[in-house]
Amino acid sequence: MNNALVILSGIPAIPLAKWINSFVNWLTGFAGFFNALTAGIGAILDSIQWILDLFPAWLFIIIILALTWYILRNSKHWGFMIFELLGLALIWNQGFWHDMTQTLTLVLATSLIIIVIGVPLGIWMAKSNTVNMIVKPILSFMQTMPAFVYLIPAVALFGIGMVPGVVASVIFSLPPIVSTTCLGIQQVPADLQEAAVAFGCNNWQKLYKVELPIARTTIISGINQGMMLALSMVVIASMIGTMGLGSLVYFAVGRNDAGAGFAAGIAIVILAIILDRLSEGLGSSKRHQNK
Amino acid sequence: MAEKQVKIKVDHLSKIFGPHVNKAQELLSAGKSKADILAQTNSTVGVDNADFTINDNEIFVIMGLSGSGKSTMLRMFNRLIEPTSGTIYVDDENIMQLSGKGLLDLRRKKMSMVFQNFALLPNRTILDNAAFGLEVQGVAKETRNQKAHESLELVGLKGYDDSYPDELSGGMQQRVGLARAITNDPDILLMDEAFSALDPLNRREMQNELLDLQHQLHKTIIFISHDLNEALRIGDRILMMHDGDVVQVDTPEDLLTHPKNDYVKAFIENVDRSKILTAGNVMIKPNTVNIEKDGPKMALRRMNDDQISSIFVVDNDRHFLGLIDADDVDQMLKNNQRDLHDVLNTNIPRTTAEKPLSDLMAEISKSPVPFAVLDDEKHLEGIILRSRVLEALSGERVEGGSDHE
Repeated sequence: MNNALVILSGIPAIPLAKWINSFVNWLTGFAGFFNALTAGIGAILDSIQWILDLFPAWLFIIIILALTWYILRNSKHWGFMIFELLGLALIWNQGFWHDMTQTLTLVLATSLIIIVIGVPLGIWMAKSNTVNMIVKPILSFMQTMPAFVYLIPAVALFGIGMVPGVVASVIFSLPPIVSTTCLGIQQVPADLQEAAVAFGCNNWQKLYKVELPIARTTIISGINQGMMLALSMVVIASMIGTMGLGSLVYFAVGRNDAGAGFAAGIAIVILAIILDRLSEGLGSSKRHQNK
Repeated sequence: MAEKQVKIKVDHLSKIFGPHVNKAQELLSAGKSKADILAQTNSTVGVDNADFTINDNEIFVIMGLSGSGKSTMLRMFNRLIEPTSGTIYVDDENIMQLSGKGLLDLRRKKMSMVFQNFALLPNRTILDNAAFGLEVQGVAKETRNQKAHESLELVGLKGYDDSYPDELSGGMQQRVGLARAITNDPDILLMDEAFSALDPLNRREMQNELLDLQHQLHKTIIFISHDLNEALRIGDRILMMHDGDVVQVDTPEDLLTHPKNDYVKAFIENVDRSKILTAGNVMIKPNTVNIEKDGPKMALRRMNDDQISSIFVVDNDRHFLGLIDADDVDQMLKNNQRDLHDVLNTNIPRTTAEKPLSDLMAEISKSPVPFAVLDDEKHLEGIILRSRVLEALSGERVEGGSDHE
């Protein structure tokens, strides 16, 4: 027992940090790839921002209200619409409008990317045990690693600004959408899967005619979670130059200005509540929407 | 009866589940018991060397308790479960050789399946559910909806096109399942405990519905059931499975009267026989008098010969007329009357040979005179005596006789 301790204490510190640094350095060697990726993500961000900036604030508020009315038309939502109206008006009144659209851009771009990556990955995991065994621990790692840590390589690889913010948010908010998609597909009742095959579905038909529609609510709850996680990243991402409501909070911290901090924080809360309700509303049964 | 055509031929079909299929198969052919194989290889024998045929247009019931391998057997027909060894021929085609498109076509066009818990898609309307099979085949929306609408009407679900499965009762949901299966117009219906999830009343109704439907559609129906009463009611032939083995393949009547081994015997012991046995099964050939030829003296003599107190009366063409009583005939002779018509009792309960005993029980037990069993042209086919009914229900051998009360 004692001997073992002696041997253990005799082992020099493993140069873990050094190894990771050389890995990141090695990655920066692929500058072409990362530049292209940066340009791609930048293009997505620019187009979303461009669309959001197209509308004056008052028209934007009306559009959001109309959208809410459409998505939630089968539940009582008048109170929520009044909240939206007052909340967005407050953001406008505080002069946070442009910051809000920047934050919204970050969240929407992140959501778009995690859906495009996460849903197919989740489906693949559900279908293949091998993929499941490989991806699952990686997802746990991604989600439990403190989000701050991602900022460092993100800057090294993607520079400063919105793009590394999106990359860090994607890494942080990807896991729930992958695992809920996987769960949703796995939870499709066995007899429905059997029925699909028995009636002659090929694998694609089985997926998009039976499994995805049945898993839809679960998948959308994953998207909702991912969106909320992305929103939680906005303050952290502002440390590497991502502009928006998050940077207002970050600056307020620097100036020790509680008022400004809370004002911007409340704007984030309002945005979060609106996004949460709307994305949740998309998940409610399609059937009621069709009626 | 018309010559039966073989629709499906099952040839030495086996299915073994588990990690060491080859080893298990060796042990199985070496004659080891299933328990030994499970202990040695951790593999389960689902179906062991099944050999039988299914005829065109028959309702073929595969019967057994849970774990007997009947569901496995059913799923090998459309290869939801791949057999370990053996062959299935459908219309003389070896379906084991199908792959890719051939297999999809088999499932899309030749066979449809009805599931125990309905397996309807909850996010689709009833119409879209019923049209599912055709949708998978890529049939145009208008055509498939038309077809689906027709089959929904056929199963008695007119006007529910736009409802959703959870708005329907269990019985109605299974009608949708049935409609979905027949919309493809397959030759073969695979029904997996299709009515087991329904309450007894609904189950009975669906069984009748299936028989009616079969009358119109003439499909080959393979029906899985653990309920012997159901099997006996709807099956043209029944296959008994026990522990992966095919124990007996027979018509319901032969199964009841000639059980092959103790397992089947034990199984049929609890059957409500009144539901399976028909008037024809228990009737006996009576001694009769011909009213146009025989007089009172002749009638009395026949009754004396057979030691009975009444006798059935027919005309020259054996049309049933009624019953006469010995005391009445005695009286006639004393009064010097000659015409038996004067004492003929025409108020005799009648039935047909196909009628199940369960429908007649109440009347038989109340009626003081035997039942007359008539064919469509009112010819006397036989009579039903109370004592024979009791014998038949108690499981005694049922055979024709001529004794009379």
